[in-house]
Amino acid sequence: MNPWNHDVAKDEKDLVDVQIDGVWMQMPRGLNVVEVAHRAKKFLPHYCYHPKLSVVGNCRMCLFEMGTPKMGPDRKPVLGADGKPEIAWMPRPQIGCATGITPGMGIRTDSALVKDCRNGVMEFLLINHPLDCPICDQAGECKLQEFSVEYGTGASRFTENKVKKPKNVDLGERIVLDDERCILCSRCVRFSSEITQDNVLGFVNRGSHSTLTAYPGKSFDNDYSLNTVDICPVGALTSKDFRFQMRVWFLKETKSLCTSCGTGCNTMIGSREGKVYRLTPRENESVNSHWMCDHGRLNFHYLESKERLTRPLLKAAGEQFPGTWVDAIARAAEGLQKVKPAEIAIVASGRLTNEELFVLKRLAGELGVSQVDTVPHLGQGDKFLRSADGNPNGRGAELLGLSSGGRVLSGWAAAILSGKIKALLVLGGENLISAGIPASTLAKLEVLIYSGILSNETSRLAQVVLPGSGFAEKTGSMVNVHGRLQRMTRAISAPGEAREDWMILRDLRMALTGGNSLHSVEDIWKSMATEVPQFQGLNWAKIGDLGIQIESSAKADEAKLA
Amino acid sequence: MAIREHRLVFKHIDALGYTRDIDCYLKHGGYEMLKKGFAMGGAAIREEVKKSQLRGRGGAGFPTGTKWSFIDPAKVTKPIYLICNADESEPGTFKDRQIIYKDPHQLIEGMILSCFANGVKLAYLYIRCEFTEGWKILEKALGEARSHGFLGKNILKSGYDLEIHVHRGAGAYICGEETGLIESLEGKRAYPRIKPPYFPAVLGLYMCPTIVNNVETLCNVKHIVEMGGEAYAKIGRPNNTGTRLLCVSGDVVKPGYYEFPCGALTMGELIHDVCGGIRNGGKLKAVIPGGSSAKVLRAGETYKIKEKGPDGNLVEKEVKLEDLRMDFDTLASAGSMAGSGGVIVMDQTRDMVECLANISTFYAHESCGQCTPCREGVLWMKKILARIAEGHGREDDPNMLKEVADRIAGRTICAFGEAASWPVQSFIGKFKEEFSLRIRRNGTAAKRDTVSLTH
Repeated sequence: MNPWNHDVAKDEKDLVDVQIDGVWMQMPRGLNVVEVAHRAKKFLPHYCYHPKLSVVGNCRMCLFEMGTPKMGPDRKPVLGADGKPEIAWMPRPQIGCATGITPGMGIRTDSALVKDCRNGVMEFLLINHPLDCPICDQAGECKLQEFSVEYGTGASRFTENKVKKPKNVDLGERIVLDDERCILCSRCVRFSSEITQDNVLGFVNRGSHSTLTAYPGKSFDNDYSLNTVDICPVGALTSKDFRFQMRVWFLKETKSLCTSCGTGCNTMIGSREGKVYRLTPRENESVNSHWMCDHGRLNFHYLESKERLTRPLLKAAGEQFPGTWVDAIARAAEGLQKVKPAEIAIVASGRLTNEELFVLKRLAGELGVSQVDTVPHLGQGDKFLRSADGNPNGRGAELLGLSSGGRVLSGWAAAILSGKIKALLVLGGENLISAGIPASTLAKLEVLIYSGILSNETSRLAQVVLPGSGFAEKTGSMVNVHGRLQRMTRAISAPGEAREDWMILRDLRMALTGGNSLHSVEDIWKSMATEVPQFQGLNWAKIGDLGIQIESSAKADEAKLA
Repeated sequence: MAIREHRLVFKHIDALGYTRDIDCYLKHGGYEMLKKGFAMGGAAIREEVKKSQLRGRGGAGFPTGTKWSFIDPAKVTKPIYLICNADESEPGTFKDRQIIYKDPHQLIEGMILSCFANGVKLAYLYIRCEFTEGWKILEKALGEARSHGFLGKNILKSGYDLEIHVHRGAGAYICGEETGLIESLEGKRAYPRIKPPYFPAVLGLYMCPTIVNNVETLCNVKHIVEMGGEAYAKIGRPNNTGTRLLCVSGDVVKPGYYEFPCGALTMGELIHDVCGGIRNGGKLKAVIPGGSSAKVLRAGETYKIKEKGPDGNLVEKEVKLEDLRMDFDTLASAGSMAGSGGVIVMDQTRDMVECLANISTFYAHESCGQCTPCREGVLWMKKILARIAEGHGREDDPNMLKEVADRIAGRTICAFGEAASWPVQSFIGKFKEEFSLRIRRNGTAAKRDTVSLTH
């Protein structure tokens, strides 16, 4: 995915001795000094360097003092009293990002020279930078602010006029640029040319007047453009969606997954007081590295849609009225009990978590319902992260035996018309009309129960509507299209009376079969791990923040094709 | 005149009846060295260049033979490129353009020999954009060389193929920095590359081994082939061999370009004997010996110069400015550099504040803007200097200027950081009282009749 991986050593076992701030330690050969310092629990501050982009060395913030072994007349290193090479220090500081370590190298990350270098770079970066932190979206997560505090001087000696540059530049559909804030690190330029191969950003003019811009007549709006907002170390690139919405220090960060396609990019949900403000990619080299697509990143506003279902609805005299959960569950159970199990079909969903699907599987098993399937959501994938499979957990549904990928479901319209299916339990907010079952056919059903988070043509036909939770409102696990099991955590509560889907299914199951024993997501996981071969031996903690590969990517692909 | 010029590269420059067309060049023995060089073989030419101790004439004075030895044509599997750096832009320097405009075939012959010696099949002549006429001259000269069989396939039936393309520069000083030049040649902004890893000899043009040499350096290769490395090394002084083109500008009676054996004359001889002394009978105040980026030298200063005595040991001597030898090592030990050979002479009428403000304006305009210290620092220095020059200086400005310069030099991607800082460090260091005086007289002094520097 990434052309560069500077944080990965060519060979982790090929170690060389280096001296970092006076302490000798072993580090992988060739790794750059920024990464080596990081591994040594030291820090070389940097702006332009990014482990996944080419090294340009333009910010000069990672300057360090470098030494090489002192050579004796025999051209062999002179050894000191400690048996380690004596070091000859170079007078000129070097940049850590472009310097790979070699045996016997000396590294000083905190000497007087290094401190002066950083202090100098900070002073230079700030002389033409606007002092608009109070209205800048980056404030709170700005490297210029952070390094100013750490390495800068409180006051500025600059008394001349600052360089004026364009502000509020519309770079594309989703990004606004403030050129005066830009420190010209070129991360965004390199990201767009190296990672997305969309060579649209560049610099014009010279010296202090250098200005970031998009190629004339072109707009920076590829589906990964917002990643540049993340890697922009300052507030030059801001997301139109997020800017001026919330100060970042107020945001609660919750580890989650993107549920907009089958890739399952790891995300961080930024929320405050029950509202999601932004999604940002969470680094996971096995899935999405540092990136995610703009589509997925911005696909959370529906949580606050006007169509959001916040109370259970019960149909009476042809119209839906709000009701209580007790009534809704009872009404749903009653409906499903009216017909024979063979006349019930369940639309499971690739949007549900494994835990939700597992409770559903128990329910179906206990009821004796055998017709269960999911709705396929095929979309447009790309060569980078976006999968053509729009179901975030389609693979999980398959592993749990609840999905044939839509093959079974394709016969249901006819089965409803012929009266073989009389009751339909629709989960995950699936809209059956767009899945090929016309409203007129659905109208023939004796019982239609719908659970989801938004109202749609299908929900409006249902006798019972059970409002569920969106991705940010639930904890659970999913299996991505490459066979990786990953966790998501609840960031906010579902609005109104909407509930987590596993609870809805638990209550429905209790009402229908009296089945109990699943009291929490962890509980469900315990039972599931004993029943689903791929989950065996795994527990909630073992999955970890970065997930775990439960089948080879090839196998998952094969299963999808079959 | 006490000292005679030794014209090697400039042998035919301005000679009566000498034209730049190939017939004239051939009549004067042109392209004969090609035959000699081909007969010698590439390795032998490289050996002669090494023996000649030729040092690069672009500014840094790096030994050409050593630069070439970084590439072994026998071992390299990628193409090897040679680039002639004809982006002559250092203020005070106007030597390469004489060669290009008046004797282009000498350069081409030197280039062909250098390419042949290093197994180069494709070379580029990167010429400063502003040399519009020079570009046309070179294109014409290359065409002539091609039609005479000195370029193209199977040159002089030697089996050696070479093509040289002229590439016009992008109109920026930084295009003359060798890695910036390579980037520019590749069609990108001339942002100098970081070294390591992008040493031209390893990862140069199109990430292939590349030799970048100055116009004058390449011309010298022809003469080294002609006379042999050892004979060439006898011109000039040890480690400062061959002749040097000197461009004298400023307050002298006879400014112009001259060619002398390296170190054969002193600063005083150059200014007073060769250039006829300070104009209008004035007094020497300061001189910049190697292009505007070199550190300024002040009249009346003395320098401690280490020189090899007759017994071969280093002896330290105290030398006056006028007695400094015009060679690489002497000027370096005097704390400046021979640089590009641009000698800028200033007399007692020159205001050092204005001079430095002028130099700084140039560097602020030419900073490419890639790396932080140079991008931000150089314009800052220019702004402070313009402020002082306009009568709004503050007491601490000179100190601050020096501190800013100290935080640029040695911390940037390329040598531009030094080029922009050295003038500031040296002018302030050596003429501090003049800056202080100007600042003290703020407002009271009559405004000088100079071009405004605040644009």
